[in-house]
Amino acid sequence: MNQQMVMHEGEFLRITSVCDRLTREANAKIVFLVDKNGQLISSAGATNDIDTTSLASLTAGNIAATGGLAKLLGEREFSILFHEGERDNLHISIVAQRVILVVIFDARSSLGLVRLRVKKASEELATVFADLEKKGTMPGGAGSPFAEITDEDIDNLFSE
Amino acid sequence: MPFINLPLREITCKIVYYGPGLCGKTTNLQYVYAKTNPESRGNMISLATETDRTLFFDFLPLGLGEIRGFKTRFHLYSVPGQVFYDASRKLILRGVDGVVFVADSLVDRLDANLESAENLRINLAEQGYDLDKIPYVIQYNKRDLPNVLPVEELSRQLNPTKVPEFNAVALTGVGVFDTLKAVAKQVLTKVKNGD
Repeated sequence: MNQQMVMHEGEFLRITSVCDRLTREANAKIVFLVDKNGQLISSAGATNDIDTTSLASLTAGNIAATGGLAKLLGEREFSILFHEGERDNLHISIVAQRVILVVIFDARSSLGLVRLRVKKASEELATVFADLEKKGTMPGGAGSPFAEITDEDIDNLFSE
Repeated sequence: MPFINLPLREITCKIVYYGPGLCGKTTNLQYVYAKTNPESRGNMISLATETDRTLFFDFLPLGLGEIRGFKTRFHLYSVPGQVFYDASRKLILRGVDGVVFVADSLVDRLDANLESAENLRINLAEQGYDLDKIPYVIQYNKRDLPNVLPVEELSRQLNPTKVPEFNAVALTGVGVFDTLKAVAKQVLTKVKNGD
């Protein structure tokens, strides 16, 4: 079963900083990080014009389907995917076996540069996620910020 | 388990609509999409065949507002119902927080419902989940059609553990939000208890 992911302030800042730097150093248009369940963790670059939520979900679907193909062929996973378009290209890689790093770039960059920068960023991100894992999941009961949620709170979410 | 982002104060939960082919999973999502304020939802993605049968999944991101200062987001997915898409169904169940089983009430679809429900249990178990322990609701869809089984019969066959169940006509929206609300409530209750 997938472990619950809880993002903490310190790690979030480190992740955002790695994504920002990768965007600059790889001359990328957009960089984003998604967990394998399709939830967007962080994004950097020119994200205003695109639907990052849909991108995150489709990327995870893509990785899941490719992972299924890998298993059929006896591979553990295909750790890098590359989609080449007329203008934009998509470089997708798996970091620390649990999150997906996506780089969108055009002719101002190159596959070689992106691969080089992604490798370095992946190592840094793997360290951050290892630290997150050590922090574990959210404490239940009184220690949780959700312990105070009432049935009424939940009902209110659905009131029009 | 839900993804909790403490610095952004966001919680994201994944709900999967499961059920046999043509039972109305996509229709449920389409109704939610149509009736939700555009500011509260993202685009709906349907990876479907040319004949509008779900090929991989439908996806609808919903924002339900704030709860104790946390933005709650629900990602609704539907699986392809046709038997031969089993590999895809398994992938979509990854990281699921709650399941809606959409049953087709038509008399001649009982076997398909039973097969799909069994398939759900097996596929969840493969991912390490126990259907009896995760948020789960059942919807009896197409209640407006003439040749349907009585709800009592469907409930006896498909709901032995007596999870919340709802009658629905997904095409016109009857029961759609009741179903969603019930599963969302179970998911949030689980978050609250730190399960």
